[in-house]
Amino acid sequence: MSRQSNRTTDSKKMNAELFTLTYGALVTQLCKDYENDEEVNKQLDKMGYNIGVRLIEDFLARSSVGRCQDFRETADVIAKVAFKMYLGITPSVTNWSPAGDEFSLILESNPLVDFVELPDNHSSLVYSNLLCGVLRGALEMVQMAVEVKFSQDTLRGDNVTEIRMKFIKRMEENLPAGDEVHSRICVPC
Amino acid sequence: LFVMADEALFQFLHNEVIQYIYKSSEHGEMENGRCITKLENMGFRVGQGLIERFTKDTARFKDELDVMKFICKDFWTCVFKKQIDNLRTNHQGIYVLQDNKFRLLTQLSAGKQYLEHAPKYLAFTCGLVRGGLSNLGVKSIVTAEVSVMPACKFQVMIQKM
Repeated sequence: MSRQSNRTTDSKKMNAELFTLTYGALVTQLCKDYENDEEVNKQLDKMGYNIGVRLIEDFLARSSVGRCQDFRETADVIAKVAFKMYLGITPSVTNWSPAGDEFSLILESNPLVDFVELPDNHSSLVYSNLLCGVLRGALEMVQMAVEVKFSQDTLRGDNVTEIRMKFIKRMEENLPAGDEVHSRICVPC
Repeated sequence: LFVMADEALFQFLHNEVIQYIYKSSEHGEMENGRCITKLENMGFRVGQGLIERFTKDTARFKDELDVMKFICKDFWTCVFKKQIDNLRTNHQGIYVLQDNKFRLLTQLSAGKQYLEHAPKYLAFTCGLVRGGLSNLGVKSIVTAEVSVMPACKFQVMIQKM
C-alpha cells in the first residue's frame, strides 16, 4: 500500500474516534470521582442535558428541518437526521405505544461503545447515559418535556441497544405578557 | 448534501468536560493547576488512543521533523479539520505550532477578560498532542499559550528518552 493511502484510511479512523475516546475518558474520570454507578449515571445525564440545550440550536441551524407536526415526525427527525448528523448512525424507530406517546430507538451499533467493556464492578453503569440527557435537553428547548432512558444495552449483554422515549407534555414558551400563545412546534397526535 | 457534524459534538463535549472538571473545584492557583492537569491527562489518553489504531509502521517517519509535520498536517486535520498554520523549530528539539484560528477557542469571546480562561480550553489539546507523539515513539512536554484570540501556539519540547 502506498504511504498516501495508509494515511487516508488512518485519517478516517482517527476522526470517528475522537468523540468516542473523549467520551470514554470522561466516563473513566467520573467513575473515579463518584462512589457508585447511580451517581455517574446522573452526572452523565446532567452533562448530556447541558449539551442538548445548546446542540439543538446547532442542529436547527444545520438541518433546515421545519416544525414537527407531531411526535412521530419528531421521532423520524431524531433518528434519520440528528443521529445521522452527529453520530453517523440511523437507529430504527419502533415499538410505538397505542397512544402514540412513546417509542423506541433501536441502535444496531452504538458508536460510543467501540472497544468498551464494562468492568465487573460497574454493572449498574449506563455507559451511554449522556445521550439520554442530550435528547431530553434538546427537546426541552423546543417545548417538549420527555423521559428518555436505555431499556437495552449491548454493553450489558443485550443484543441491541434500545432507547425508550416518552412524551410527557408540551411546555409553555416564555412569552412577554400580552402576546397570544399560539401552539408551536410539536403536538402529540 | 449531508455533512457530518461530529466535530460540533466533540466541541460541545469538550466544553462540558471543562465545566465539569472546574465546577467542583475551588478557586486558587493550586486548584486551577490540578484541573489543568486532569484535562491534560484526559487529552493524553485520547491522543494515545487516536494513534493506536494506526498501522504500526515504523518506517513511516524518517525523522523527528517528519513526525512533527504529520502532527501539523494529518493529525491536526483529523482532529480540527484544518492544518497548523505555521511550524517553527530551533532544530534542537523545540517546535512551535501556530494555529491562527484554534477551533476550541472560537466560541470563547475575544474580550480580554476571557483570556484568563483560555488555558482551560488548551489543556486537553496539549495532552492530545503529547499522547499522539507518545504513541509515535516521541516523548515530549507540550504547553500552549494564547496571545490574541483565537490564535494560539503549542510548544512541543522533545524529551530525549
